[in-house]
Amino acid sequence: MAEKDEVKLLGIWASPFSRRIEMALKLKGVPYDYVEEILDQKSPLLLELNPIHKKVPVLVHNGKIIIESQIILEYIDEVWKHNPILPQDPYERSKARFLAKLVDEQVLITGFVMLAKADEKGREAVVEQTRELIMHLEKELVGKDFFGGKSVGFLDIVAGSMIPFCVARGWEGMGVEVVTEEKFPEFSRWVKNLEKVEFVKDCIPPREKHVEHMNFMGGRARSG
Amino acid sequence: MGHQANGSNNDEYVRLLGAWPSPFVLRTRIALNLKHVPYEYLEEEDSLNSESVINYNPVHKQIPILIHGNKPIRESLNIVMYVDETWLSGPPILPSDPFDRAVARFWDVYIDEHCFTSINGVAVAKTEEERKEAIAKLEQCMGLLEETFQECSKGRGFFGGDNIGFIDIGFGSMLGPIKVLEKFTGVKFIHPENTPGLFHWVDRFYAHEAVKPVMPDIGKLVQFARLKFNSSIFK
Repeated sequence: MAEKDEVKLLGIWASPFSRRIEMALKLKGVPYDYVEEILDQKSPLLLELNPIHKKVPVLVHNGKIIIESQIILEYIDEVWKHNPILPQDPYERSKARFLAKLVDEQVLITGFVMLAKADEKGREAVVEQTRELIMHLEKELVGKDFFGGKSVGFLDIVAGSMIPFCVARGWEGMGVEVVTEEKFPEFSRWVKNLEKVEFVKDCIPPREKHVEHMNFMGGRARSG
Repeated sequence: MGHQANGSNNDEYVRLLGAWPSPFVLRTRIALNLKHVPYEYLEEEDSLNSESVINYNPVHKQIPILIHGNKPIRESLNIVMYVDETWLSGPPILPSDPFDRAVARFWDVYIDEHCFTSINGVAVAKTEEERKEAIAKLEQCMGLLEETFQECSKGRGFFGGDNIGFIDIGFGSMLGPIKVLEKFTGVKFIHPENTPGLFHWVDRFYAHEAVKPVMPDIGKLVQFARLKFNSSIFK
């Protein structure tokens, strides 16, 4: 590790992908410069750093560029070893990675994009599909405060930034109830636990503005 | 063999549920071979209806599935990482430097999201236009991977350096499908002039002791493609 680490993060306030990087950096106590990118306007800096995908988040650490949020999280965990994010055990690790992928790919697509596109008739079916996906997370939480056990870990950061603090705001805007305390007692308890954690709280996008944003994104999904 | 530092018991029985044409299964077999892990391979021809597959991967009902003792590990890259993290005495698959690891992970994600998608795109394209688009995309992927090869290999034989690593395994497993497409489209995706690094790497990869015994025969893959893809290019 360098004498003085220079860490810069390019992100978007509403993006769960960049919010989760902030959570990780705060968990590790790593100071960083944050650069806010404007949605749909690719800044010259972004194009320079991530010419292939042109997406946030981008982490720049002492001049090295790291992209893709889950890859960035693993990088952060490997560079700053205290307050570990990924489980130590390889099997637990593989489960965390597997479910994290499920969250970012399927829960986002089914639970938001498909739901936004569905008409009145189709909506209930999509809600059910979303619930089936979240049930996999529900089962993992039995007897645990967090996916990471007693403390926040990789899957907590990924699922937390994506579901309660992003997609759920979309549900609110659509007037749809997907996760109820009755159907998902563990998940609901987990969200409450998360909301009490300082570095998580600091990285939750402001609610009203976010619901509005998700409505806008939902509209975009509908118009293709 | 015995207990590793992380506490897992590596004497536990290892089984792999797979399907011979799958590049994703191939990745996991190469990884297991690299680490000299003895395992039982179970061919699952019809994974969607297989009791074992559904039991161990109820989420996706897909192979490959590695079963170590009674623990199921799913998804090819996850499995490769699991093998790397569990059997520590063999050569490392991911590099040790965190930045190099991030680069390796990035390219394997890229290969899955862009390369494989384009490969599939060429195979299932319904119109000539669609096919041309997919071919162009795949050529673009090859160009980027050539650059990556030059950067990562630093003059040595593989993306991983002197030995095969994460990107070699991730991309090398796609060579079978790529060769099948080359045969049917007449397009040379890996070319001695356009992608010289990759061109020579292919032979080295195929010859590697961890790869050679498990790489599917191209003739068989061609037959498989003909049966699976009901599109004009495979007639």
